[in-house]
Amino acid sequence: MRDYLVLIFISIFIYIPSCSAQENPPLVKTPEKKEYTYEVVIEGMNQPWGMSFIDTDKILVTEKSGKLFLVENSIKTEISGLPYVYVRGQGGLLDVAIHPNFKRNSIIYFTLGTNIEGDAGGNTALYQAKLTDNKLEDLKLLYKATPNTKKAQHWGSRIVFDDDGHIFFTIGDRGNRDLNPQDLSRDGGKVYRLNLDGSIPNDNPFVNEKTGTKKAIYSFGHRNPQGMIIHPISGKIWINEHGPRGGDEINIAEPGKNYGWPKITYGVNYSGTTITENTNLPGLEQPFYYWVPSIAPSGMAFSTSGVYKKWKGNLFIGSLKYRYLERLVIKNNKVMEREKILENVGRVRDVREGPDGYLYIAVEGKGILKIVKIK
Amino acid sequence: MKLFFGFMLLFTVSQFIWLQQNKPLKESVLRGSEVYNDFCVQCHLDNGEGIAGIFPPLSNSDYLLNNIKESIYAIKYGMEGPIKVNGELYDGIMVSQGLDSEEIADVMNYILNSWGNSSNNELITPIIVNQVEK
Repeated sequence: MRDYLVLIFISIFIYIPSCSAQENPPLVKTPEKKEYTYEVVIEGMNQPWGMSFIDTDKILVTEKSGKLFLVENSIKTEISGLPYVYVRGQGGLLDVAIHPNFKRNSIIYFTLGTNIEGDAGGNTALYQAKLTDNKLEDLKLLYKATPNTKKAQHWGSRIVFDDDGHIFFTIGDRGNRDLNPQDLSRDGGKVYRLNLDGSIPNDNPFVNEKTGTKKAIYSFGHRNPQGMIIHPISGKIWINEHGPRGGDEINIAEPGKNYGWPKITYGVNYSGTTITENTNLPGLEQPFYYWVPSIAPSGMAFSTSGVYKKWKGNLFIGSLKYRYLERLVIKNNKVMEREKILENVGRVRDVREGPDGYLYIAVEGKGILKIVKIK
Repeated sequence: MKLFFGFMLLFTVSQFIWLQQNKPLKESVLRGSEVYNDFCVQCHLDNGEGIAGIFPPLSNSDYLLNNIKESIYAIKYGMEGPIKVNGELYDGIMVSQGLDSEEIADVMNYILNSWGNSSNNELITPIIVNQVEK
């Protein structure tokens, strides 16, 4: 009898940790009282992918199918002069961002899937152009990932700027995890860093590596980063990336560092089969946070303004899979709380803080929504 | 004995014809599995089971099996809910994946002949896909 009891106790102790491993804490909560709702700022969009604020009432928005819009006081005007957009799988027209000195030079940047080589397939590219009278002029290709491939997956791609004249953008592993993310001579699975004119900064981490190295690389071993923001206080580059099943991550991208995909991951293949047994190996960075289960994160913004008093300093990330905006409370370098905002709003692709301090989200089938407190 | 060999011959010949007839379908299903694992599996999952209320199932899906043309249309041009699948409401969006007609035919043949689904040897061809217009 005693033996049985011991056995039961042991099995309970074995059971508890294996149970809690099912979901990575903190568990996401639904607020008890619904305090926030949204106003539609731009309507009638199918797959809004990226947005950039020129002013509170003047927004550039991409439609993944290959259209760029300038929206003034909710009236959409299509911008002409885009280069060829290769739309396939997760690729198409992706992010857009205005130059830090846009008011003086009218320059914008955008990422898209394209093909300039004439073979089959496509890969992610970063372009620069001048926005004049609803047209793009002085189109300049700043970066084109190679090789082209017909694979559906993992094009990246977000754009941010630091205060020192650099542009950062992301490219996913393009469906070739075995070759791309860990190889510095190949594109894909990387965060890239360029000067604003597209040249390679001479203090990039791999600038002195052997020929053949892609010297625009800033960090590597990523899978598919579709959210990126400069931390408002530290100035560090925060990204979120789609992992395999149970392996979505938040990472803080540091120069030259390897984030481990696919050598380490907390996730498994969609089919449930193992990618690697390792979640931790020397020389490979651990994520700041990882989601189990996966939420399919996209877009990333900190609320800095104080427009939403309780949310100041919180991080906001869209969930494509569960169709809500996630609020993450971070204290002492740790995610302490997670909360669902606007449950069932739709697939949230992008999140930004507007010049007016409000949060704006891009939602598939809806458009651009502004988050406001229920009166 | 003669009768037996006669039957055997007939059987072999009919098997051969059956296999030959189904060869295009089998090859298409094989190519379609690659398209599926590249473009569809993230949402509809490995066994076509989907996620209840979010991504509709393809396995034993009444919507798919009763709406072949609409399903081709959805893969070709995208589709928006609400639709009812096996009694459950799905109000989501699927966007066009940029597949060509052969790839659409292949992935249709794959999903119509996997996880318990069967098209009863009927083959979706690129010509059929081309006939589905916006």
